[in-house]
Amino acid sequence: MAKHILAALVENRPGVLARVSNLFRRRSFNIDSLSVGRTQRENISRMTIVMESDAAEADRLVKNLYKLVDVVHVDHLHSQPSVVRDMALVKVRASSENRREVIQLCDIFRARIIDVGAESLVVEITGEEEKLEHFTELVRPFGIVEMVRTGVIALGRGGHTLKDEGYKPNRTRSARRRNVL
Amino acid sequence: MTDDTTATDRATEEAGMSTEAVVLTGAEIVCECLLREGVDIVFGYPGGAILPTYDALTKYPQLHHVLTRHEQGASHMADGYARATGKVGVAMATSGPGATNLVTGIATAMMDSSPIVCITGQVPTGAIGTDAFQETDVTGITLPITKHNYLVTSVDELAEVIREAFHIARTGRPGPVLVDIPKDIQIQSTNFVYPTEPVTLPGYKPPRVGRADQVDAALKLIRESKRPIILAGHGISMSNANRELAQLCERAQIPVALTLLGKGAISEQHPMCLGMMGMHGGAEVNHAIQQADLLIALGMRFDDRVTGNLATYARNSRKIHVDIDPSEINKNVNVDVGIVGDLGEVLRQLLDRVERRPNDAWFDRIAEWRADSELREIVRPADAPQHPAVPEGKLLGAQVIRDLFEFTGGNAVTVTDVGQHQMWEAQYYQHERPHSLITSGGLGTMGFGLPAAIGAKMARPDQEVWAIVGDGGFQMTSMELATAVQEQVNVHIAVINNGFLGMVRQWQEFFYEERYNQTPMVNPDFCKLAEAYGIPAIRVTEREEIEEAVHRNRARAAGPTLIDFVVEKEEIVFPMVPAGADLDDMIRRPTPEEFERKRRERAAAAEAPEEPAPEPEAPAAAATVGTRFGV
Repeated sequence: MAKHILAALVENRPGVLARVSNLFRRRSFNIDSLSVGRTQRENISRMTIVMESDAAEADRLVKNLYKLVDVVHVDHLHSQPSVVRDMALVKVRASSENRREVIQLCDIFRARIIDVGAESLVVEITGEEEKLEHFTELVRPFGIVEMVRTGVIALGRGGHTLKDEGYKPNRTRSARRRNVL
Repeated sequence: MTDDTTATDRATEEAGMSTEAVVLTGAEIVCECLLREGVDIVFGYPGGAILPTYDALTKYPQLHHVLTRHEQGASHMADGYARATGKVGVAMATSGPGATNLVTGIATAMMDSSPIVCITGQVPTGAIGTDAFQETDVTGITLPITKHNYLVTSVDELAEVIREAFHIARTGRPGPVLVDIPKDIQIQSTNFVYPTEPVTLPGYKPPRVGRADQVDAALKLIRESKRPIILAGHGISMSNANRELAQLCERAQIPVALTLLGKGAISEQHPMCLGMMGMHGGAEVNHAIQQADLLIALGMRFDDRVTGNLATYARNSRKIHVDIDPSEINKNVNVDVGIVGDLGEVLRQLLDRVERRPNDAWFDRIAEWRADSELREIVRPADAPQHPAVPEGKLLGAQVIRDLFEFTGGNAVTVTDVGQHQMWEAQYYQHERPHSLITSGGLGTMGFGLPAAIGAKMARPDQEVWAIVGDGGFQMTSMELATAVQEQVNVHIAVINNGFLGMVRQWQEFFYEERYNQTPMVNPDFCKLAEAYGIPAIRVTEREEIEEAVHRNRARAAGPTLIDFVVEKEEIVFPMVPAGADLDDMIRRPTPEEFERKRRERAAAAEAPEEPAPEPEAPAAAATVGTRFGV
């Protein structure tokens, strides 16, 4: 078992997110995180999928993703040098007595404080998943009021990019199809 | 302009269809597109949300619409049409219940990779999501059972969507595609220009040729093998690779085993053809697979009905798997060489370089297994000595199928339902040509037989078509008799009527200590039922009557016919690999010798009551299967 990070370029068509997530359910793939967002191309979105599995299972997921007509390209990012980031917003309980301590921790982790309330701070932290987990463990004793994570996003380093050269947007439809995830 | 473009242009012009822009309604665009896709028959059922399209159909007499009695019938008919011809079948239904009734047929087509396009009406765009009358999220419902589906959101994209739908349905690994069209879009008008350039979808590029290094690796395994066997599936006939398969097995002297849907991939009269494998396959075929040192799987998907227990499946063999769908490779069975590509192309790549060599020792071994199977055979010519297990004066379902094979000269297209009669068909009706057996293999859909046979006969009116159905499945869609009469479809129906859900009863006998819960059926008089529809019907209760009845109905050249074969109630399909058991761990019919010995022992035990009764023999299969996982 290992962590697999897959990146998929998908066409922005109605239901594409439902198709992908239905695939996970239908074929019993166990997904750690899925994040979706637009790319530099108008009609293409990018999904980053993290799963804890053996290599055969990850391979099976890639093949099944390719069967979806709306999926243009899929890549194993863990098998190449890549940069991987997750982001969290953490609302930490912090009174005037212990606020300094929390701020110090944030400094060490290069986290930013983006909101200060009377009883709490909102901390923005980005990095690899382990860093985020380590940070949350350290602030847990102060009290985590609530938190949210984006899920992992990743890009290959240097010259490694996901192939979509062959992609030509469909003329009639591209004009209308936006923001349909 | 590419060659393809000019070809399409020319085809369009020849068909008298202009490529000039004209203003048409969405409904008319649907009809125009169907014509240009080569559709001649649409199976369907009208209703509110699809009415504009039904109205437009009146202007297109070239599109023959077949009114079914249930939308499920429409999707099965489209499927039967597709399987009989390889062309795309089309089903049409309204929104809501109309669309949901298509679902079983769509799932059936999906499991067996059958190209159909379903067109459904939807409530008007503005009403979507409001739980409007007859609204259902049919694209959501059919998401996992279609190859792809569309909800049309603008009349301007309609032509393109329908073109894509047909392209996706018929290319690569074929499958069902659904197009959901809101009512307002059917009514709106737009400039209709039929796109002439070939469909390009960035995320859809069906593979064609196999990778050269993998072809090399496959050839090496073939060269090194001593006990090779080809497992031929549905993919052979779907890629029209039948001739290549015959050449390959002849040249390399490799026996061929067939999956249920692989029947017709190669003539069953061919000396290299062993027959069907799997749960109810020939014992010699399953032994050969288990003892092989190389499996060459062609266009089949290692279904659990074919492999039995995966942990012990063909343990000592290396494996080559050729399939057009990469996700099938290493799905159930890990293989040494996986080749992704169109079977015709890949087989030609292999054929160029495969070596001739004899395999006599291997064939001799298979012949020994076959000789043992023949001893146990229950269906014999009427004048030959009969197996003692044949009950005196009873008609067996298996005999009916064998005689049907004889009296139709093996030339009919047979369409089956699901259950015992389906397995007897597979065992006793030998098919020579591709697309001559149409059956629901993957989904095992009872109720498939009659409507699929109607679709097949309408697709190939020159072909003799027999619907072979059980009394259970027949009653799931028997209302389509009315469709057959209304369209005067000359389909011959053979009901194998044992008054039981026979296959389920067989499982109850083997694995549930003969508790026949909910399997006996009280049936209508099928002859009278047929007569109510105006269909001539014959009842057959003895083997001697089969020939005359079959010939009498074959002679009727118009409209449907029916024969009610009243067969032995508790007949068993042998051999049987219990679900989850090892493939060569089969429940066999006893040989005549074993049968007589058992009979003598039983008689002796009855005469000597003072002796302690021997432990009742646990049903063999129940013991085998006891704690094993299987479905």
